[in-house]
Amino acid sequence: MTARDEILKSAREALGGGDVQPEATPAARIRIPEVALEARIASLFRAVCALAGKTFLAGSPADAQAYVAALIGSGPAVASNAAVLRECGIADLAGVQTGFTDLQELRQACASAPFGITSADYALADTGTLVMLSSPQEARMISLLPPVHIAVVPRSRILSGLDELLSLVPRPGEISSSMVLITGPSRTADIEQILVRGVHGPGEIHVLVS
Amino acid sequence: MRVSIFVTCIVDQLFPQVGMAMATVLERLGYEVDFPEDQTCCGQPAFNTGYRDEARSVARHFLKVFRDAEQIVVPSGSCASMICHHYQELFAGESERLEGRVWEFSKFLTEVAKVEDVGARLDKVVAFHDSCHGLRDLHIKEGPRRLLSRVRGLTLREMDTAEECCGFGGTFSVKFPEISGGMARTKIDSIVRCGAEAVVGIDASCLMQMRGALSRAGLAVETLHLAEVLAHR
Amino acid sequence: MTGPPEQKIHETLENPRLQAAIYSSTARLADHRRTALATLPEYEELRTQAHLIKRHTIENLGFYLEQFESNAKAHGAQVVWARDAAEASDFVWELAKRKNARLLVKSKSMTSEEIDLNERLAHHDLEPVETDLGEYIIQLAGERPYHIVAPALHKTRYDVADLFSAKLGVPREIEIEKQTAIARSVLREKFLAADIGISGANFLIADSGAVTIVENEGNIRLTTTAPKIHVAIAGIEKLIPRAQDLAVFLKLLGRSGTGQALTVYTSFLTGPRRAAEIDGPDELYIVLLDNGRTRLLADREKRESLYCIRCGACLNHCPVYRKIGGHNYPWVYSGPIGAIITPQYMGVEHEPWLPFASSLCGACAEVCPVKIDIPKHLLTLRTQVHAAEAERGQGRMERLGFRAWAWVMRHPRIYEMAGLMASAVLPGEHWFSKAPGLLNHGPLGAWLSQRDLPPVGKSFRQLWRERRKAAE
Repeated sequence: MTARDEILKSAREALGGGDVQPEATPAARIRIPEVALEARIASLFRAVCALAGKTFLAGSPADAQAYVAALIGSGPAVASNAAVLRECGIADLAGVQTGFTDLQELRQACASAPFGITSADYALADTGTLVMLSSPQEARMISLLPPVHIAVVPRSRILSGLDELLSLVPRPGEISSSMVLITGPSRTADIEQILVRGVHGPGEIHVLVS
Repeated sequence: MRVSIFVTCIVDQLFPQVGMAMATVLERLGYEVDFPEDQTCCGQPAFNTGYRDEARSVARHFLKVFRDAEQIVVPSGSCASMICHHYQELFAGESERLEGRVWEFSKFLTEVAKVEDVGARLDKVVAFHDSCHGLRDLHIKEGPRRLLSRVRGLTLREMDTAEECCGFGGTFSVKFPEISGGMARTKIDSIVRCGAEAVVGIDASCLMQMRGALSRAGLAVETLHLAEVLAHR
Repeated sequence: MTGPPEQKIHETLENPRLQAAIYSSTARLADHRRTALATLPEYEELRTQAHLIKRHTIENLGFYLEQFESNAKAHGAQVVWARDAAEASDFVWELAKRKNARLLVKSKSMTSEEIDLNERLAHHDLEPVETDLGEYIIQLAGERPYHIVAPALHKTRYDVADLFSAKLGVPREIEIEKQTAIARSVLREKFLAADIGISGANFLIADSGAVTIVENEGNIRLTTTAPKIHVAIAGIEKLIPRAQDLAVFLKLLGRSGTGQALTVYTSFLTGPRRAAEIDGPDELYIVLLDNGRTRLLADREKRESLYCIRCGACLNHCPVYRKIGGHNYPWVYSGPIGAIITPQYMGVEHEPWLPFASSLCGACAEVCPVKIDIPKHLLTLRTQVHAAEAERGQGRMERLGFRAWAWVMRHPRIYEMAGLMASAVLPGEHWFSKAPGLLNHGPLGAWLSQRDLPPVGKSFRQLWRERRKAAE
């Protein structure tokens, strides 16, 4: 008997069944509050700031570009291939490397660049969370290796919270191999319970709403 | 109005003044207090140590003794919890007759007698210890505090570990005396920090536990059962 | 059959620094939890739902396991079934051999500790590098984790400074931020050079065939992104039916464990990277581990122990854990949850003292996000320990003692007489503590070393009778 067969058999015997389609799964509480956009932005920014993140509301693509330019100086910065970054002209800034399709090149760039610039598919207003699904436009490492992460979120993508996200995206696996929820900068309190930021992931994050 | 009292074996043998104080308070409130003489123990020591059959046999005796009692008042959160919550694990059906008739003392006062001021007076600064079973099984938290707040001359402080276990746990204190003692020391450190002259509780076993740690630390803090405070004039 | 590690417990209790570290760390986590729950008015509702969803899943485990496997494979993952620790570790070793892997990195996973993965792979000179800061520290120290969520809770910055300078050959550094930076740079090299990344899983999502993992540092993201191969090892009880159920569980896990609404990173991984995605592992193996879980399943009453989401809240609120710390428990799972699952996995004869090392205060059950009734299971286990002892002809003294006690308690006049005898024989205050030999040894002696019996005088019933007589 294979391990699989044995384990399933063992489970079946222990439960006296348990392997046929159950009738109903108990409900999971999903409540999506009605929240106006302004309130969402305010809530998102409040939550991000509470986690020591930085926020910026861009009135125009040029605003967004100016914020990033001021932040990265001469870079280097690695930017993802997200459309919104091109639309804001961020991809064209001096010091920004973008258009990566080769893994090795991307890794090398991310490993040495101080800045990583990405879009975000969604943001969650109540917890200050960025939601990123990996794709040809969004590689995983850009928001992970560089010590500063800058994320540009279109305001239409700000959701009230996790419940709304899971209603909109009930099967993330159908879209991507990786959906990551990013809530603030990387941190640890493993030594003497003292908080330190930027352990493995970025220690500084900037959330730009476009 | 008539109540029966179940004083518990520990109060009967080691802290009789607690039983007398409780009876006194009840009588002052106009209750006729009945003490069924055949009472012994609720069975908790055996139950908690894993001897269910022995616990059941003792519990059965309790049920027999108090079969005709209308209201039963108990000066202990852990014994009241044993009867109210754990008898149903020992019996099927037999203990339902007790439902709604067994009361820990402070709960009886606040919920049945519906009084908070029993005319007591005690000039002391005290802190209240939330005994585990009373707190978590019987939801006893505010009641004793309200009763204490009406005692003339009494100042009530909150210790920051009020809800932490004192470490008695019945046979736990016999099997793991060092851990038990350590838990008691954490408790009394916080009593000292809040500046209380006495710690008040609803369980004599907890008080005995804390008394042990206090005397070993050479501290002058008293241990008082709620009944003793409420009987004081 | 062993007794509790009395000497070790004694040393822990007598170590003021360790006592302060355990107490304050757990206090902080408990405080954070309290603060976080104050902003979650639906907490009780979520707890109930979590309990019900887990119950439903566990009671239909065969179905959900097969659904998970089918969905995982549909997205390109390989599903490996492991009956026990050896099978799971052997799989990793065989895979590493097949792929000529020379460097393995891993993230924090209690399941991997449970199967002694590091030790087993070390036999093949392939011990994975721990990448969670706390786990990395204790790996360098050669120790086990001290707490489910805070593995290096017992280490000071000076311990870490000594460790890093001894093992990494770096100049001694006592500033915590700089220590973290050292670890970051050492481990970053490992991430980028590793052939295989090994993780655990907080949840297995049946309707997606996905693995959900939470963290604060970013090492899990790196472990599951940088190496070409990702292996996720998870106990079969980690299943939940739908991605939507995360709306219940994620809210409970972060807040209960560390007081965070959400941990910094939550990864929802479905299969290896898709063809068009630029980065991510080329291969994903999900190891479904039994290792005794199906045996626990068979116990109708105690099977709810499998609902545990490993938040650590019970540890933070347990007055016993807060005194003795994680290393005095016999297995990798410590605290109240450890106390109930260790005997279930290992058998009650294994460490029979463990279910008794509790005052049954109930603080654990009060904070468990999935409502496991831990005190109830401790009581059942105590009865089971005695039954096992009786079968082996052991524990006779105690059982006879309780039988005699019960007999006395059923006979009120005998009980009274016993009380009278005690008060007649004992002259008063502190007699016990002055008594040579007789009562001052063994358990009673130890008990009396910590507390005193009050002076034994008249019992309540005597006083009651006297009062009644006086009134007549």
